Amino acid sequence: MKLTELVQKLNLSVRSAKAHLDREVTGGYASDLLSDVLANSKEGNLWITLQIHQNIVGVASMKDLAGIILVNSREPESETLEKAEKQKVPIMVSEMPTFELIGMLYSLGVVGTKQ
Amino acid sequence: MVPDDKISKIQELVYEIRVSDVMKREVFTVSPRTHMSVLRVILRENRISGTPVIDKGKLVGIISIEDFIKWLANREKDCPIGEKMTRRVQTLYADEPLTHAINKFEQHGFGRFIVVERQDKRLVGIVTKGDVIEGLLKKLEIDYYKEEEVCQYRVMHFFEDILADRTELLFQYDVMGHDFKRAGESASQVKTTLRRLGLHPQVVRRVAIATYEAEMNLIIYTDGGKICVRVEPHEIFVNVEDSGPGIPDVQKALQPGYSTAPEWVRELGFGAGMGLNNIQKCANKMDLRSTVGKGTQLSFYISIEDGAKNEIN
Repeated sequence: MKLTELVQKLNLSVRSAKAHLDREVTGGYASDLLSDVLANSKEGNLWITLQIHQNIVGVASMKDLAGIILVNSREPESETLEKAEKQKVPIMVSEMPTFELIGMLYSLGVVGTKQ
Repeated sequence: MVPDDKISKIQELVYEIRVSDVMKREVFTVSPRTHMSVLRVILRENRISGTPVIDKGKLVGIISIEDFIKWLANREKDCPIGEKMTRRVQTLYADEPLTHAINKFEQHGFGRFIVVERQDKRLVGIVTKGDVIEGLLKKLEIDYYKEEEVCQYRVMHFFEDILADRTELLFQYDVMGHDFKRAGESASQVKTTLRRLGLHPQVVRRVAIATYEAEMNLIIYTDGGKICVRVEPHEIFVNVEDSGPGIPDVQKALQPGYSTAPEWVRELGFGAGMGLNNIQKCANKMDLRSTVGKGTQLSFYISIEDGAKNEIN
């Protein structure tokens, strides 16, 4: 499924890299530990987190993730957005808490990547 | 690039791209019994210029903004869409090359085509001239980037041109301690550089992840240090050094989950005690030496041949 479709279906607000939503999502990974995401997420994954500081952009671009969804209506810091725009990492905001959001993602066919 | 090249590139693309690549998948439909006066609201609210007319699950016609204007200009009474729609609907198959769509637009002068699946004739989308143009532009942009990457790919051959018993490239990065704002910058530069050298993406990823973790350790726990990356034809060696405070118990530090990070660092999602393990997982060989009060030296090797073979990340 493409990122654009998920944005529409889950009513996500896109905060950065609006021109880079045409990407195929390969699966999802949820974690608030950056090392964990670095170690276990896969290229093209969608990352679900509540971290809003700028280092999330570095991690996402290091792993070539498709994008980051912030949960609970958490807004990214302004430095985060700046960096995300520069490195073309889409950051999206959802009103839903992690559990609900992942449930919805799963029902839309975005599943985890087994180790 | 001369203009003629561009044209042939587009000509090539219209055969390569399928209608399904450019069409809009979300299709609004109306019933033949909906009234023309309601159509205006539907077109305006959904920002569309035409929509298929569906009756009992079957495609019976198409109604467009042109039909609506005609109806308006004739000052006719309000009537169901069924009376004004175009009944003989021209469709495109989702798997047809774009060139067929372009020809059909020219042939019929229509503003849009309904797209159906070849096997079951199921409605899957709608395509306008605007979608065709947008699709082509996007594809051109993507191809342009690909061409750039191919150019970069040749740099690794540089090694083959150098006549010597031993050849190496050396890059050094200085990392400031406690500078979370610039965290990850060195690793990201390493990644870009190695990619430009044309190394296998799997190797680049391993080096980048391991370097990122090492860089974070410098930032979280030390006053700063330096990262040295040495590229040789068969392997990459990374050496990370700082001047203190040093690790009291190296064996403990290597245990997964063991961490001395302060609470505020953990809240940022760092300091989970997984960094050194991540490095170990990415590297073919890792070495960690530390003296309290003097400093720490971390080094790791990543083989260019094995790195490309084993998919770990």
